[in-house]
Amino acid sequence: MNLNSTLYAQIVVFFILAWFTMRFVWPPIVKALDERAKKIADGLAAADRGKQELELASKRSAEALRTGKEKSAELLAQTEKRVAQIIEEAKAQARVEADRVIAGAKAEIEQETLRAREGLRDQVAALAVAGAEKILRREIDARAHAELLSAIKQDM
Amino acid sequence: MATEEAIAAHGPTPGDYIVHHLTHLNSLGGRQTAIVDWTVFNFDTLFYSLALGLLTVFLLARVARRATSGVPGRFQAAVEIVVEMVSDQAKGIIHHAESRLFVAPLALTIFIWIFLMNAMDLLPVDLLPRIWQGIYGASGGDPEHAYQRVVATADLNATLGMSIGVLLICLWYNVKIKGFGGWVHELFSAPFGKHWALAPINFAMQIIEFAAKTISHGMRLFGNMYAGELLFMLIALMGGAWVADSGMTGPLLWLGQIVAGVIWAIFHILIITLQAFIFMMLTLVYIGQAHESH
Repeated sequence: MNLNSTLYAQIVVFFILAWFTMRFVWPPIVKALDERAKKIADGLAAADRGKQELELASKRSAEALRTGKEKSAELLAQTEKRVAQIIEEAKAQARVEADRVIAGAKAEIEQETLRAREGLRDQVAALAVAGAEKILRREIDARAHAELLSAIKQDM
Repeated sequence: MATEEAIAAHGPTPGDYIVHHLTHLNSLGGRQTAIVDWTVFNFDTLFYSLALGLLTVFLLARVARRATSGVPGRFQAAVEIVVEMVSDQAKGIIHHAESRLFVAPLALTIFIWIFLMNAMDLLPVDLLPRIWQGIYGASGGDPEHAYQRVVATADLNATLGMSIGVLLICLWYNVKIKGFGGWVHELFSAPFGKHWALAPINFAMQIIEFAAKTISHGMRLFGNMYAGELLFMLIALMGGAWVADSGMTGPLLWLGQIVAGVIWAIFHILIITLQAFIFMMLTLVYIGQAHESH
């Protein structure tokens, strides 16, 4: 253990190395460490936020599902009601139509009947006149006795 | 000289071996006999401390330049572990954020630098001195005078140099934090209290405190590393004794060197790390004390 001027050189080296580390080494490393710590913290916070958002979203989706189900059930009920109503209406309409058709048919039948009866009446009258003509032969003048013949026709 | 002739004839005696290994490559070209001689430089200490210091800052600067806040590489992660350790210690001891900007990097440098210088002890004790002998001999010098000590921290100049550096930083922070007047006032009023009769005693105590801190700081590291180095030499001597002994004990001694060398080297891994850590912690503690007023 002998002392010599190596001591002074060592002091100088010591300070230069310390200065160098302070100037060029320490700040970037510490900065990287701090940044990484911040990144990790941010990541954890983001994960937490994501979790919360997921929870919220799942709640919202459950809600939406529920309301959707309700709405569709409501819609179905409405549709069923409407369908029943339409059927009822159609039935009523059909009934009215049928009644109308039946009434028309009845009226036509009546008219037909009336017309047939009229025709029959004419034919009978003609037949009666022909019969009478055959019986009376010349004695009866169709023109002279038209009034009488129509009176007979009315009575039939 | 008689001893050198004996060396030439029979190889070095154990004493010669130890003395040779404990002699620095200095500007004297031989052993420094004076305790203090400011005209002398130890070239080996300067070379190894400077080389390892440059290696330290080179490696650290490389990591710092490529430092990413993303996924770190293995080396960056390793450096980060040390940086975090030093940073935590600095935060625990020095409660002055602005001072930490210098003191924490200082502690990091001290830790890694001293660790590397200590780690030179783990190289085979004869490896680098033998290579130097070869170079010195090849360039025309006398290999017997090719001295080389590779553990810079086993040189008191290196350790005291660093502890005096720490002392200067302590003085600087004393003045910076307390003001020059405040510090002088503290020198004369602490630790025993403010009284004119106590002032000389206070001052003497303060001077002793500074001296004791600094000297023990440097001496502790030096003593540990010097003793460790010496023990490696003694273990090497144990194996070397085989050459002298042709009987049964020779191979046993050689085996002894392997066993003892392994045990001591493994134990020394702890010591080199611990001593680097202790030096760093004491640096922080002393600078921390400079921030506290009594």
